[in-house]
Amino acid sequence: MMWHVLIVVGMVVCAIQAIRVQRLLISALWLAGCSALVALLVYLLGAPEIAVIELSVGAGLVTVLFVFAINIAGEESLVVQKFIPAPLAWLLVALSVFLLGWLTLPGLSAAAGSLAQPDFTRVLWVDRQMDMMLQTVLIFSGTLGMIGLLSDSKKPHPPKEKSA
Amino acid sequence: MTFSISGVILIAVLALLAVGIYGLLAVRNLIKVIVALQILAKGAVLALVLAGYVRGEANLGQSMALTVIVADTIVAVVGMALAVQIRRHVGTLDIQALTTLRR
Repeated sequence: MMWHVLIVVGMVVCAIQAIRVQRLLISALWLAGCSALVALLVYLLGAPEIAVIELSVGAGLVTVLFVFAINIAGEESLVVQKFIPAPLAWLLVALSVFLLGWLTLPGLSAAAGSLAQPDFTRVLWVDRQMDMMLQTVLIFSGTLGMIGLLSDSKKPHPPKEKSA
Repeated sequence: MTFSISGVILIAVLALLAVGIYGLLAVRNLIKVIVALQILAKGAVLALVLAGYVRGEANLGQSMALTVIVADTIVAVVGMALAVQIRRHVGTLDIQALTTLRR
């Protein structure tokens, strides 16, 4: 229980710092820390497969991509005024958190399902076969996104003038 | 007042979602917006695993969390590709400067 609380506090601090800091590179590193702590928490909840994937993809691959993208796009710290006023943002955040908490809190006390649960492989590859196909399509989209990330910008050629 | 492990993790989920929503509302840098989206998705992953843990259907929650991780990574990759191309063509990552309707 103590470990859970410590991990949760560290995770929330990492998330807040990822939004707060001005430098994008530091922000990406805080996000990686948050992701690693989420993976640890997921492992403690008894889901080691998801913890490994979250650690390797969330804290590894996405961080490398962030560093790569920031390296290409360059640091641009915007110290101008925020998108919407801070009190309004906090009000909207408090409202959404209240609604989420109100909707999810009764679920915590609900009785656990009594059905015998199938193993992870069966759930993933048989029961949720459609989702796996969707994920395959998504991975192809990600590959196209990577091509967009890596492609050089070529200015469009001016239209050729017709010779009289 | 005592909290169970599920209660502590539910608080963590709500905190991650709050930070993510605040980031989406307050931040103007395009790459920071993707960071905020990533934090939101981490909250969603944790919520799905917690739901499976609480309901005794851990494998179903895990398989859904896997789908969220894949979709979230693709969103990050496509978003970063868009950010890089926007920076190259427009010269800024400020999302308010990208609104062409105000010009």
